[in-house]
This record gives sequence, C-alpha cells and structure tokens, in this order.
Amino acid sequence: MTAGPKMAVFKLTGCAGCQMELLRVFDDFEELLDKLEVCYFKMAASECSPGPYDVSFVEGSVSTPRELREVKTIRERSKTVVAFGDCAIAGCIPSIRDWLSQRAAEEKVYRNVSVIDSFRLRGIGEYIKADFEIPGCPPDKALITGFLVKRLQNMRAYHRPHSVCIECKLNENTCLLTSLKEPCMGPATRAGCGAICPSGGRVCEGCYGPMNDTNSRHLAEAFQECGLDDAAIVRKFRKYAGLTEELSREAGGK
Amino acid sequence: MKERRSIKVDYLARVEGQGALDITFDADACDVKLKIFEPPRFFEAFLEGRSYEEVHELTSRICGICPVAHQITSLRAVENALGLEVSRQTRNLRKLLALSAIINSHVLSLYVLSAPDYFGKGGLFSLRKKQPQLVKRALKLKKLSNEIGDVIGGRAVHPVYAVLNGFTRIPTRDQIAGLKARLQDAQKDALETVRLFGRLEYPELSGGTEQLAISKKGEYAINEGMMRSTGGLLAPEAEYRQHVKEDQIPYSYAKGSVLSGSRTFLVGPLARVNINFGSLSDGAKKIASEIGFAPPRHNPFDSLIARALEVAHSIDESIGLMDGLPLREDATTRPHPPKEARTGFALTEAPRGMLYHSFRFDRAGLVTYADIVPPTAHNVRNIEKDLRELIGRYRDLPRAKLKLMCEMLVRAYDPCISCSVH
Repeated sequence: MTAGPKMAVFKLTGCAGCQMELLRVFDDFEELLDKLEVCYFKMAASECSPGPYDVSFVEGSVSTPRELREVKTIRERSKTVVAFGDCAIAGCIPSIRDWLSQRAAEEKVYRNVSVIDSFRLRGIGEYIKADFEIPGCPPDKALITGFLVKRLQNMRAYHRPHSVCIECKLNENTCLLTSLKEPCMGPATRAGCGAICPSGGRVCEGCYGPMNDTNSRHLAEAFQECGLDDAAIVRKFRKYAGLTEELSREAGGK
Repeated sequence: MKERRSIKVDYLARVEGQGALDITFDADACDVKLKIFEPPRFFEAFLEGRSYEEVHELTSRICGICPVAHQITSLRAVENALGLEVSRQTRNLRKLLALSAIINSHVLSLYVLSAPDYFGKGGLFSLRKKQPQLVKRALKLKKLSNEIGDVIGGRAVHPVYAVLNGFTRIPTRDQIAGLKARLQDAQKDALETVRLFGRLEYPELSGGTEQLAISKKGEYAINEGMMRSTGGLLAPEAEYRQHVKEDQIPYSYAKGSVLSGSRTFLVGPLARVNINFGSLSDGAKKIASEIGFAPPRHNPFDSLIARALEVAHSIDESIGLMDGLPLREDATTRPHPPKEARTGFALTEAPRGMLYHSFRFDRAGLVTYADIVPPTAHNVRNIEKDLRELIGRYRDLPRAKLKLMCEMLVRAYDPCISCSVH
C-alpha cells in the first residue's frame, strides 16, 4: 500500500459512532485499505503520525479549549478537512444543551464545577473551514465509501441537495405527513440514509440535518395540523441540528 | 535513596474516546491517575424537558459502539415508569439486537484494539500485513453482527426500529433465515477466536475485587435481571442506588463508582462469565473446557478470554432465538404519558458491563430527572486499582515494556470513554 492519500481520523466531542461506521466500510471493501495510507486513527492504531495529511476526517464538535487548539492544528496540517457526521457539522444531539446556560448544565452533572473546562458546543465550521461535509448520525457507510472512492479518483464527491422525501418516493412509501398526518421531518432533512425510517414504519427525525431550501416554518405549521403543541414542535426542531440557520427559528431561536 | 519514576500516556490509543494515563511511583508508593479528558456533553442536564417517547433516541447518542445498550436500557426504564410489559417477540428481538452489538463490540475490542499488542503491532493496519487471515476473520464477524443490527434495528449504529412497546418494523422470514445460515457458518470463527485468545500469554495479576453483573434464571442475562455480585450481593434494579455510590474524580470528567464501604468493583465480560457461567451456551461451555478456562477467574487480563467466550455464546444464542421467532406484526401501540409523576429504572449489560438508567417523568411525560451510569464509570476506580497492582509486580521491567503493559491492562477493560463521561 502506502501510495495512496494520507488519511487521518480525529475525534472531538462525540460518540465514536461515525468512526464505527467508517470501519464498516472496510467490512465490505477491505481492499480499500491498500489504496489509503492511514496515518492517524487513535481508536484503531497507536502508530499516529503528526501529518501533514491529505484527507482528515473530523468526528465530533468543539467544546473545550484543547479541542479548539486541536481543530486549528488539524486544519493547518490537512489538505482536505471533512466535517464527518452531524456533531462536526452542527453539534447534533448534544447541541440541545445550548438552550441551557453553561453553568446550569455543569451544575446539574458535577458537584465541583471549578474543574470543568468546557464551553458552548459548536460544529468545527465555527472555527475552521471544512472542505466537505458528510452528514448523518451516523453517516451511512455508502456515503463514506462514495466519498473515499471519489477522492481516490481525484473527483469531487456527490453532495445530495434534496430531501429524504425523494428517497421515500423512490421506495414507494405512503407519505406519513400528508396521508397519515404524522410529524415527519423528512421534507426538511438531507437525503442519504435511503429513507430508512419512513420505509420502516416510523417518521424521520431529521438525523441528517437540514437540506437546502428548507421551509421550516411551513413544516412547523404542518406539525400543528398533526396535533403537536408548540413545545413538541420546538423539540422536533431542537434535536439534531437546532443550531443551524435553517432550523434555529423553529427550534426556539438563537 | 528513593528513585521516583513516572509513566505518562498523553492520549491512549486503541480505546474509544479521549483519555490519558499519569502514573508516578517509587519503592513505597504508587500514584495512578486515569485522566479522562473526554469532554462532557451533559446528557443528564439536557434530557430534562424531553419527552418519554424520545429518551432512547437521545441516549443512544451517548455511545456509537454501544448505542443498542443505551437504547434498550432507556426503553426499559421508560416502560418501567409507565408500567408497560412488552411481548415475548419484542423481548427476543431486543435480545438479538443486544447480542449482535455484543459480538460487534467484542470483535472490535479483541482484534482491533487488543490483538496488535500481542502480535507486536501498533494497530489494525499494520496487523493486517502480518496476520491477514486474522483480520479477515475479524471483518467477517464484524460485518455479520453489523448486518444483524441493520435488519433488526434498521441500522447497526443508532438503530431506529426499536421503540417503546416494540419494533416499528419486524424482519421477514427470509431475512432471518439468511442471517441464521451465516451465524451457523460463523460458529467456527467464534471457536477459533476463543482458541486464539485462550492461548495468548497474559501478565499475571490477582485482581481479586468483587465482580458485579445482572443475572437471571434460564438465560444469559443481558437486557434484564437482578444485580448479583461475587461477594453475595443480590438486589433488584430499583435498589441499585442503595448499593452503588458515584462521585466526581477531580482529575477526570468521568465519575467513579464504588460499592458501599468504598469498595471498587469490576463489571464487564469477565464478571458476567464468572457469575453466569452456567447459563452460557453448551458450545461456549465446551470450548471453555477445551482451553482450560473455568470460573471464577480474577485476573483482569482474562477479560479477553471472557469476551471471546461471549462471542461464541452470543452466536449460539442468536441462532436459538431465531428458531423461536414468531415474526408476526405486533400490534405496537404508542403508550400514553403517565397520569402522575413516575420514576423508572433499568439495569442491563452493555458489551462492557453493567449499565444503569433511571428517569423521572412529570404527568406530561417530560423528563424531570435523569441518572445514567455506564460500565466504564463503574470500572474506572478498579482500573486504577489494578494498575497499582501491576506497577507493584512489574516495576523492575524496562520502562517501555512497563508502559505498554499498563496500556494493555487498560485495553483489557475495553473502556468506553465517551460513555463514561456522557
């Protein structure tokens, strides 16, 4: 191997689920490991090089001074930085805490908060330029494989601009929102999962973050027609991507 | 003359999450700090105000390696608060999902995180060049367990079909038949895994602390059972907090747990195999006797063998569960919020050990209090205790070797650091 691009995988504030999904790529395509030179991947190897790297996957958000320094170093040492998964893009589920004060969150969990060195949680794009986003909680392994294969061919990976609705239609599902009046986040959510939730008998919760041209206000009105009260609508939008411009107003404002 | 020595690892590799090791010792004393600098996400704080129907979806995100354990534990804690009993099919599908996650997590821990140490390699990528067959076997088992998660849960990482009262989608007969055939084929890979980890040489440690796991008559307890210890403790899950106390560790974002009387304890595959050995599958018991493994074992390094035995058991039990599945659409009804404030508890076995969730709800079904204790928070004090024993025994080894041995011990616990902080 070793002729291929130098790849690095970093973990910031997150759950390691994106790294697990990345490792799944090699369950299916072990030979991809011959084409890549994995230079930094703490969870999978203790041989870690300080760079420079061709492609750096960054999982997780920035929420401590240490991570802020780390993410800036990653940027300096990487040609391409990938915001890998929802936490790196806009904070994902842990971003719900943004509607609590930092102090209140710390005091709920720790007796002595003076030793807690943590600040508001943000996606990496708040501090550095990310060249590409791979959305999802977690991103489906097909998206990751697609990105790697395109990168190996020196091509730009395909970014799905459309909503989950398109994938849902391709699966010939009955629309949960318009036909069954269930509060489905699909119309506002970026495609890529294959519409697994609506295809499996439940509403989309929005775990790939907002798509382009989201009409959140209209979707919130549709949720009212489904019988959701205002607080429940806020909870829907304040979940995977409440900090994004597209969803923040319906998520209770920021 | 006292010589003061230190061992420092700034960022532990081949464990999940961000942690460091800081040990200083001389002839008389040894100070061990497992410094977990994984940032807190304050799950217990932001869960307040969220709905009973989404708790399992949110807690799943505590951990990307054991999301299934967090989902099932939350579902059971909420169902406990609402007074719900789920169907046998739901229990069996949840067990299948949990077993697939155990196979996945254990195969990752054994082959990717721990094995490189025993083959003189730094990680998966270099190990692959030296031991291609070994890595192929690992990827095959990992792929199968992930695909069981895909079929039953919709996806293996952060599944979506498991909800309160049941599953939104039931797998088809053909899907189950396909997985069953592959599990039968994988039984030999599991036995090879046990033989491989059974013949590795591990450092001697006495360990010797009390071990805790849940236990249930008639099955290898994973999703439900009574809390049981090797020291004679036997208690229902609702009494967990009377026995296990948790406190902040000043140099770590993970809190540490002790049993009453400040005793550290061990949870995880070794505790489960020791406490519930009789409930292992016949195949797992047979291969245990072939490699000369008999409970109780106390050396924390034996956790690797216990993990391999659980891979074999989980495959056997999954095959049995698939035979007995009725696979009919359950009439899954969405439960109503409680009519009054209620509290629910659940204690389960995550791949890395005992996991506790408890939630209080108001009458609208919104969380008013959350209490979550993951396995690594249970183990963190015990890891430090075992590290002290290791330093005491092996202090004369060359520094690099001693440092590696300390890291190997931490990896034998397979800590899940993101979980431990949450």
